[in-house]
Amino acid sequence: MNADTPRHYTVTELTRRIKQVLEAGFTSVVVVGEISNLKQHSSGHVYFTLKDENSQLSAVLWRSRVQHVAVMPRDGMKVIVSGRITVYEVRGTYQIDVASISPLGAGELQMAFERLKEKLAAEGLFQRDRKKPLPEYPERIGIVTSRTGAVLHDMVHVFRRRFPALTLVLVPVRVQGAGAAEEIARAVRDLNACGTVDVIIVARGGGSLEDLWAFNEEVVARSIFSSRIPVVSAVGHEVDFTIADFVADLRAPTPSAAAEIVVKDRAAVLEILRDFAYTMHESLVSRVAQHREHIGYLLKSHAFNRPVDLLHSHSQHIDELTRSMGAFAAHRFALAASQMKGAGQRLAALDPGMTLKRGYTMVRKDGRIISTASHLRAQDDVTISFHDGDVSSKIL
Amino acid sequence: MAPKKREQNLPTFEESLKRLEDIVGRLERGDVPLEESLRLYEEGLQLSKACSERLSQAELILKRLSKNADGAFEELDEEEKE
Repeated sequence: MNADTPRHYTVTELTRRIKQVLEAGFTSVVVVGEISNLKQHSSGHVYFTLKDENSQLSAVLWRSRVQHVAVMPRDGMKVIVSGRITVYEVRGTYQIDVASISPLGAGELQMAFERLKEKLAAEGLFQRDRKKPLPEYPERIGIVTSRTGAVLHDMVHVFRRRFPALTLVLVPVRVQGAGAAEEIARAVRDLNACGTVDVIIVARGGGSLEDLWAFNEEVVARSIFSSRIPVVSAVGHEVDFTIADFVADLRAPTPSAAAEIVVKDRAAVLEILRDFAYTMHESLVSRVAQHREHIGYLLKSHAFNRPVDLLHSHSQHIDELTRSMGAFAAHRFALAASQMKGAGQRLAALDPGMTLKRGYTMVRKDGRIISTASHLRAQDDVTISFHDGDVSSKIL
Repeated sequence: MAPKKREQNLPTFEESLKRLEDIVGRLERGDVPLEESLRLYEEGLQLSKACSERLSQAELILKRLSKNADGAFEELDEEEKE
């Protein structure tokens, strides 16, 4: 280009040049401001102006993003907007193409909280049956928190006291301010991609609703929900509830409490190990005593020459037979008893005593019953039986 | 180098403890042959000793996850700040 003759742009060329420079220079910006002049077009796109005391910035929220923003923009609302700068060539204006809107004031935050909570609940992110159980004895624990501040120190202290046989893998993140939510979400994803820890604790100390806000952001909620590794949330104080708490597999009231919950007390585990050793020893001693007794019995028994397992299988067979016989015999007894009763009645009918009672007599000679007159001769000694006694007689 | 998941072939503490629990249960029920009982007892004793030692001797290790230029994960030693 010749330096003496400045280049003449057409308006379109210059605008295009400005567009290239601006759009390349502001691909990702975060800006704080108050919303004014908000218009929702019939197309569904939302246009507004972001302003502070001295300046203003046009903003456009495309219809496709409306349902994804944390809070619906309203006039007068203080917000943090992230997006990129675009140039609208037709008018020669620039604007921010809104990717996300986060509320800034307490009232707006509360609204955004409720809105996201409702949305994620409807999607099933808080469902009990989606929660993963924590490992009983984690050996490697991922910790997503700030590298500075007391939280990490407090947790390390609890771990060292309770169960020091651990490796803690810290993923340092900012826990508040612009971009904190994205860092926390990325940390959870990285720990999953890396796959070297058994459980993840996402932690932050106490603070205001604004301070804790990163843990109410959708990106954090989704990263926790997608984690293969169980996640414990430990944000703020006991009274503070965040969206992260609802999605996490377990909510701990504070970071120190999370450390207490995640690992067992070493002294208690050592006690269990001692119990185990004792129980094993006792079991074996009594087992050996049993065997000694059993061998003594076998030596004395007639079956000594038989192989022991044959004996076992026989005795088991007998046990089975005895069991099944028990049931069978009971049935047979009942049957036999009823048969006996019938037989008894029939026998009673045949009792000669009953016949004698009706006036008949019975004649015996030499103890044998005489049923025919031709068997008797004169001078035979016979016994005549009545129902109430016998009479000795001689045949004439 | 990406950090290894575990030292190869070394059971985790939880696995060792589960195995130990299983052995104790079987010895208590006494439903294994005597030979097997003796073998289990020996294994159980070793496990309980190894677990106790692992608990008593280990010192807490603090690492920091970091991604190197190739995008691979590394665990670096992390100084604990007071």
